[in-house]
Amino acid sequence: MKYEVVIGLETHVELSTKSKIFCSCGGHSEADQPNDCVCPACCGMPGMLPVTNRHAVELAVQAGIMLNCKINQYATFDKKSYYYPDLPCAYQITQWFHPICTEGYVDVPTKHGTSRIGIKQIHMEEDAGKLVHDDWADVTYVDFNRTSVPLIEIVSKPDFRSAEEVLNYLDKLKSMFRFGSISECEEGAMRCDVNISIRPEGTEELGVRSEIKNMSSLTAIERAIKYEVARHIDALERHTEVLVQETRRWDDMKNRTFAMRNKETAADYRYFPDPNLMPIVVDDQWLAEIRKNMHATIGQKTAEYTGMGLSEQDIASLVSERTLCDIFDAVVASGRKPADTAAWILTDCAGILRRNGKVIGELDIAPEALSYIIGMVDEGKINRGVGKKVLSAVIEKGVSPEQYIKEQALDAKVDESAILDIVKNVIAENNKAVGDYLGGKTKALQSLFGCCMKQLKGKGDPAVIRELLEKEVEKLR
Amino acid sequence: MDYFVTEIDRAGTVAVDDTLLVKGFETKAGSHILDGFVPLFSADAVDRLLKAGYAVKGKTHTGEFGLDIAGETSYHGVCKKADGSLSTAAAEAVASGTVKVALCVDVNGAPRRGAALSGVDFIKPTYGTVSRYGIIPTACSGEQVGVCAGNAEDVKELLSVIAGHDGKDGTSLPAEKYGYSSDKDISGMKIAVVKELYDAAKDEVKSVLDNYLNKIESSGAKIETVSVPDVKAYATAWQIMLSAETCNNISRYDGVKFGYRTPTYKDIDELYVNSRTEGMGFTAKMNVLYGSDVLSKNQYLSCYDKSLRLRRVASEKMKEIFASFDAVIAPAMSSASVEEYDLAQTFERTKKELLFTTVPNLIGIPAMVTGGVQLWGAAFAESTLLSIAGAVERMAD
Repeated sequence: MKYEVVIGLETHVELSTKSKIFCSCGGHSEADQPNDCVCPACCGMPGMLPVTNRHAVELAVQAGIMLNCKINQYATFDKKSYYYPDLPCAYQITQWFHPICTEGYVDVPTKHGTSRIGIKQIHMEEDAGKLVHDDWADVTYVDFNRTSVPLIEIVSKPDFRSAEEVLNYLDKLKSMFRFGSISECEEGAMRCDVNISIRPEGTEELGVRSEIKNMSSLTAIERAIKYEVARHIDALERHTEVLVQETRRWDDMKNRTFAMRNKETAADYRYFPDPNLMPIVVDDQWLAEIRKNMHATIGQKTAEYTGMGLSEQDIASLVSERTLCDIFDAVVASGRKPADTAAWILTDCAGILRRNGKVIGELDIAPEALSYIIGMVDEGKINRGVGKKVLSAVIEKGVSPEQYIKEQALDAKVDESAILDIVKNVIAENNKAVGDYLGGKTKALQSLFGCCMKQLKGKGDPAVIRELLEKEVEKLR
Repeated sequence: MDYFVTEIDRAGTVAVDDTLLVKGFETKAGSHILDGFVPLFSADAVDRLLKAGYAVKGKTHTGEFGLDIAGETSYHGVCKKADGSLSTAAAEAVASGTVKVALCVDVNGAPRRGAALSGVDFIKPTYGTVSRYGIIPTACSGEQVGVCAGNAEDVKELLSVIAGHDGKDGTSLPAEKYGYSSDKDISGMKIAVVKELYDAAKDEVKSVLDNYLNKIESSGAKIETVSVPDVKAYATAWQIMLSAETCNNISRYDGVKFGYRTPTYKDIDELYVNSRTEGMGFTAKMNVLYGSDVLSKNQYLSCYDKSLRLRRVASEKMKEIFASFDAVIAPAMSSASVEEYDLAQTFERTKKELLFTTVPNLIGIPAMVTGGVQLWGAAFAESTLLSIAGAVERMAD
């Protein structure tokens, strides 16, 4: 019998806010020592009260707009109770009764065309801390750095029919959220619960579902789905086991899933509205402001760049990274030509980074600096070769282009008589090349030109040099 | 009599309940499970006191998490009146002149009962006027810091100090300053007696109330009786919310982070269970059980959700009454004194007393106990209550 796979995802995404969702603690990073980024509020001391971070709400609403959701202008925060040492208050503040966004969709590209995946809801919640086990001393410590970091949970409808759709969906969310500055989506900042069941093809009724908790790597998700599908088919066809609705854990080493103990899953979370947090009311004015402050989406940027006449390949490269678009936009806004600017970024900057073992996404240059260099070249104050040299210094050493050009005297005017001296010199020293040229090998002129450039150390207007060189050589004919 | 669980400044004139945090001083809310917990910050109300130049004499004993009749469930010491009957340590400290005023957290009416039992004044202001930042939380949706003092004038003075907006409390109201008075003319005021509460009180309480009504009438106020037929249902609604929120709020005392930790455990489950079993008293446990039950999947709609709706019904009903009356008067509790009793009955006995004190906690209106009776006002009508109390107190002079 042929089976159809039915998958739904719950995806947790860490929002890029400066501070935590209910207190003013700053964001944490992996480099922080345990419990560096905590305050009495996020470690659950009695007497502290939560106050909602407006920016977190704005980012959640922007995510909802990106995923074509209905934005609920009235939303509440609710408490979810359970005991775990990494949860300092023994409750998590989440949105159970009135989530911020509902009923959306996202179109996901697949080998067979586009699949539309429904979004049931997006809700905000606070993250929990983490436990650190010291095997040597056999002690477990609690690290609250991650506690109260703002998350959104995106709950999809059971619309996925293959692992490919799941992976492409996650990829799409990742690039959308990174591009829209909703989330950095770094390692661990995006985690999934995968709900999976199978049914005979052509039937409507859903099969027994298993939920695989807390997956963060795409390859593990793919392997876990394949494993579960095989396990479900085995159970139905060969009666290897009786399927029950349960929560399972993926073991990456053993390459299989395991049922979690019932005790860990059979919880009644006793949800109720949090009386300390007033309902969130996103009125029309705030909603308009949020829309206005939204970064353009990848689609909008692509259309904009197409309108500027950029090539498809350049556009794809630019929109792969939000920061590239930001640099590009700023340079173009300062009056530089779009196609030219794209070439400087995607060819010259990329080349310099590659030489330094970096990728284009790591480009970190002030748009003003790049614009200045391009301007100097456009105005003929330095030639393109010198421009590249300045660019290298700016990217590699972080110098100011203006100062660098001055210090190295790269824009020093070379007058025609000086150029003429050098041209004559080169002609005198290269009898063979001159002879070749006069004998009809026009390409020999290029080698003479190179010699002139070398002696001029890159300075001087190439057009003038070429013109003088040609004139002098022709005189010998 | 020892009113204080922790002494802070001998020269102080203010006492604060042990449910309010004072930076650097152990705060336990009457519970063994918070033993050793030293807060890193003070409650906003305490900060305002200190800034205004008051000194805190000490922290008064409170019942465990403030969930009893009048402080009798404190783990660290129980206050008694000279005749051996019960009252709260804060009210007794004021009545004895040990301090001029005391701050208490009113979540189930205990400070109001204490004031009635000790013959002093206490006001629980409108929800949101005093910051709840730095209160050991029990039922966040109805608890409020109030002021206990020997007369309405002193109550007014301290209330003016602690009220005001606090950005650290998301439910704090935006008014920067509240102007309170205790000398409004009460002649011509209309005051309603709640029939159901009057009828539910013992004769000894009825006669105190009758006596008080006579005094108000002689000042030119008019008295009428009103009926609030659902008042018992309101009390049940508040008991449900009170237990549910308390159960949730005190879940954080698990032996992991601070406070009491059991010496005997094998794993994390035992650490939780033993710490909480040994660290919490009977009444706290009853609230945990009751609260867990009303929030469970099967009960939520019929208990908690219905209570939320009843809160709105109660609010509408009281608005209707305050449209024609300046204040409501009712007994503060069923009897005029409380003798020592078996603490296994605390949950049930407190539940009965909630009948008299629930409405102001449930819907956030101000309540004041004075001369052994209880006054309620519309939201922000503290001055009306203070003025009635003040007028009667001036008559006695």
